[in-house]
Amino acid sequence: MLYYKTRKNDQVNNVQAQAAFEVPLENNLLPAVNGAVIGVALNDKGLYQSLEKQFNEKPHVSPPKTPVLHIKTDNTFIGYGDTIRIPNNMGAVFSGPSLGIVIGKKACRVTEENALDYIQGYTIVNEVSLAETSFYRPAVKAKCRDTFCPIGPWVMDAADVETPQNLTIKTYINDTLCHETSTNQMIHSIEQVIAYISSFITLEVGDMIIAGTPLRTESLEIKADDVVMVEIEKIGRLVNPVAAE
Amino acid sequence: MKRAKILLNEETVNVTINEANQVLTETGSVVEEGTFTWLPPCEGKAFVLAINYADHAAELSFKAPDEPLVFLKSSNTLIGHDQKTYQPDNIDYMHYECELVVVIGKEAKNVSLENAMDYVGGYTVGNDYAIRDYLENYYRPNLRVKSRDTCTPIGPYIIDASEVPDPHNLTIRTYINGELKQEGSTKDLIFNVPYLVSYLSNIMTLTPGDMIFTGTPEGLAHVYPGDEVITEVEGVGVLKNTIISETDYLSSL
Repeated sequence: MLYYKTRKNDQVNNVQAQAAFEVPLENNLLPAVNGAVIGVALNDKGLYQSLEKQFNEKPHVSPPKTPVLHIKTDNTFIGYGDTIRIPNNMGAVFSGPSLGIVIGKKACRVTEENALDYIQGYTIVNEVSLAETSFYRPAVKAKCRDTFCPIGPWVMDAADVETPQNLTIKTYINDTLCHETSTNQMIHSIEQVIAYISSFITLEVGDMIIAGTPLRTESLEIKADDVVMVEIEKIGRLVNPVAAE
Repeated sequence: MKRAKILLNEETVNVTINEANQVLTETGSVVEEGTFTWLPPCEGKAFVLAINYADHAAELSFKAPDEPLVFLKSSNTLIGHDQKTYQPDNIDYMHYECELVVVIGKEAKNVSLENAMDYVGGYTVGNDYAIRDYLENYYRPNLRVKSRDTCTPIGPYIIDASEVPDPHNLTIRTYINGELKQEGSTKDLIFNVPYLVSYLSNIMTLTPGDMIFTGTPEGLAHVYPGDEVITEVEGVGVLKNTIISETDYLSSL
């Protein structure tokens, strides 16, 4: 089962389908979720290793003791087929392929053992960002720009995703495969992330966690007139054109 | 005009507050104090300024920043006037932070400094509690410090911008159990209201209901369960909050 949103006469329609081929992708879909969105930064093994030395230096002084979280504001959300806008004179822009974990049941102080019970399903996120030059201060300027968070095309029911911690994630720019990773690269597992966040933030139905993005190398850079596609095994493909702001 | 939201008979109701401090529904009937719960008066993105008063920067041994230091809160953390904030067990540094909150009144994108005040719809009072024990040097201040459930009282109401002729000359005060603990003035803001609106609108689109917590002056102190904390911005409002223990909070859920 998959769940998606469309706009009809200025109303948001929540729609269900049994299979992906039933969803008409030619119409622009709305972001597949519209609750609060929290991202887990530094949750990719390769990214973490690339920075490990810096973590013992100023300004960090010591490695993170807890998962590092950030907020994507709702102005960043766009749906399948919507355009990612590249701001002028802000340097390179990178796609950030990630699994999106969608909450299906109000989650407050959930244990790791029970965490999966609170998941409605999974979606695809492209957590677009300017260069991640610093993890010391909140990255509002780099991550919260309009259109910087495509989400969709749908939420795939958790029952249809048997191994969420072992899904291949491929990023294509202009039909060329340019990056490949897997949800098995997460440092903090899906269960750990839900348990940690819900220990002080009550997650509501429809809230989403961006599981983790990889090191943003040149291969993930997007430019005006590109088309970027993030594909996650068992979930689907999220396609967005890119244009100048 | 002073506008607020309350929970009355399990429904969210938009209300106004009149000169006599009575709460009125849209049909003009008075809602008696004690029969309702105050909700946060606005819904939207919540921006918070860190170190936006020179004296507070000195208190925390930071040099004043050369560009606004902004972080975000998620909606889970906001609670209304006269509600309870829980203190987690085993912490030593839970600080209140009384702040003037700017509420955006109309959509703002790439707004100039000169026009920025046209986009301010009103003001309210925020208490940006921090659990400083949880600070880490990653995306500092991190969500565990600042975006906790119940940790950001806001309200009681939004007062229209037209009724606050000079937002840069308002006294800010915090009282714990009636004792004055924090006092400052918005005249000491490092980045003032139009600067912040313009700055943020050049990063992203601001929409009505978005909040900018403008930062807090010096005068930090730890609070304890049972404390009544009153944060006040002159000419804007008086926001009351009570600290409870984690045990009491969990049994209230």
